[in-house]
Amino acid sequence: MKPFDFVQPRTVDEALAAWEPGAAWLGGGTNLVDLMKTGAVQPAKLIDITRLPGLDTIETRADGATRIGALVSNADLADDPGFARSFPMVAEALLSGASGQLRNVATVAGNIMQSPRDAFYRELDPPSDPLSGGASLAVLGTGGRFAAVNPSDFAVPLVALDAVVEVRGPGGAREIALADLHLPPGDAPGNSTALRPGELILALRLPAAAAGFAAHSRYLKVRDRTSFAFATASAAASLRIEGGRIAEARLALGAVAPRPWRVAEAEALLAGRAIDADLFAEAAEVALSGAVAVGGNGWKIELARRTAARALAMAAAGTPARMPALPASPFAPQAGDLIHA
Amino acid sequence: MSGHKLSLVVNGERVEADVPSNRLLSEFLRDDLALTGTKRGCETGVCGACSVLVDGDVVKSCLSLAVQMNGREITTVEGLGRVGALHPLQQQFMEKGGLQCGYCTPGFLMAAVDLLKRNPNPDDAEIREGLSGNLCRCTGYQGIVDAIRSTAEAGHGA
Ligand SMILES: Cc1cc2nc3c(=O)[nH]c(=O)nc-3n(C[C@H](O)[C@H](O)[C@H](O)COP(=O)(O)OP(=O)(O)OC[C@H]3O[C@@H](n4cnc5c(N)ncnc54)[C@H](O)[C@@H]3O)c2cc1C
Repeated sequence: MKPFDFVQPRTVDEALAAWEPGAAWLGGGTNLVDLMKTGAVQPAKLIDITRLPGLDTIETRADGATRIGALVSNADLADDPGFARSFPMVAEALLSGASGQLRNVATVAGNIMQSPRDAFYRELDPPSDPLSGGASLAVLGTGGRFAAVNPSDFAVPLVALDAVVEVRGPGGAREIALADLHLPPGDAPGNSTALRPGELILALRLPAAAAGFAAHSRYLKVRDRTSFAFATASAAASLRIEGGRIAEARLALGAVAPRPWRVAEAEALLAGRAIDADLFAEAAEVALSGAVAVGGNGWKIELARRTAARALAMAAAGTPARMPALPASPFAPQAGDLIHA
Repeated sequence: MSGHKLSLVVNGERVEADVPSNRLLSEFLRDDLALTGTKRGCETGVCGACSVLVDGDVVKSCLSLAVQMNGREITTVEGLGRVGALHPLQQQFMEKGGLQCGYCTPGFLMAAVDLLKRNPNPDDAEIREGLSGNLCRCTGYQGIVDAIRSTAEAGHGA
């Protein structure tokens, strides 16, 4: 790893003042250090933000919104009983990601800012095994370009629940809807975000209304093996059910687009309708309409369609009382916990 | 590149050191402190051979920078038990055949400590999920799962 300057500021003001071109924020380092070891990223200076005070708490604000400090670890957020009760599919998504060792240090801000796993840029030829082909290539939201999928599990339910990112930088404080954080692919390879140079994420916020879905919320992640793998397709589905009808629906897909992919058209289709399997298939069809296979990954489109329909059916059946050990695995042993579809 | 002063506790002992910014925690433990129980494996956060405890939580030391550890308390496998006074998990790994070549064992032990701290009575699915960040390429996992289950059953979980 190339040497670099290292500073450990004690206040947010000090951290912002330490930023200069070529610097990078260091959270848990589980993504950044990995990329620095291969030389893929070579910051001249690391600003360790993990000692900044006041950024490691989960608070409920007066307006009912939940504010998650940027430094809260993935493990601490998933393990927080109050948080899991209000936002079960977010906890489920967190627990489906990485492994215990990584979740213990990975920060929530680092998670949503993680880089795509884009080894595929070196092998665009469809491999002979279709299931290994183009697994990390986006099928939606590419504008006709090659792009890697956003790999975060956590960001998928967050975007379905209208999460907002609070940032501060040289130009002051501002907020960015999580749905707008990851930019559509541009001319250069690699994916980029709406953060301006020197902007630091201070917190993520979920509006009060997001907790209204707790009774019918699931995150379903499908991957090559049951545990410790990135998603090949995933879906976060939430329903607000009143008198046997869907009053409001939320649906977002993971591992299909360069950003966590919210599908407003499918949500609109579900609103006001009675629960039924054909309806979920129809909503999933709408969610994937416009998807384009690339690098032999047509299987991803069908997989995402089925994952979306199944996640909706699981959400309709209700959030299970017990958080399963193998989150949302279609192969898990505890049938009652998991197999609702 | 100038060194950075580091003051931390490793296996109960205060350590003062000067490290370059790009020193990994795994390198610091093995090469500077000669604590070679912590292994280098995949070097990408996948295999778990480098697992150690930082302030009681298991982490992968191959993706951690030593400079971030100022003021922290680190436990490696050397701090878990010693010959004649093994940790209950070490004893059970021996009795249940939870190791063969032993390369992955320190990492599994540290992950198991964290697992039992969070969940003193795990079922087998929870044990397996708790070990998902550790790879073994010779024993197979059954002996490891048995060792952790029997440690928990003996009430050494918490
Ligand atoms: C083996 C392995 C398996 C994994 N599996 C999964 C998985 O299944 N699902 C999944 O979702 N993830 C997975 N991950 C990714 C993991 O979740 C991320 O590495 C982690 O969440 C990043 O958090 P961090 O705090 O370590 O970030 P860092 O590595 O510290 O930072 C990552 C990026 O975010 C930037 N950043 C950090 N904090 C801020 C801030 N406050 N403001 C602005 N920018 C910031 C950094 O500059 C850097 O660019 C896996 C990782 C590994 C190594």
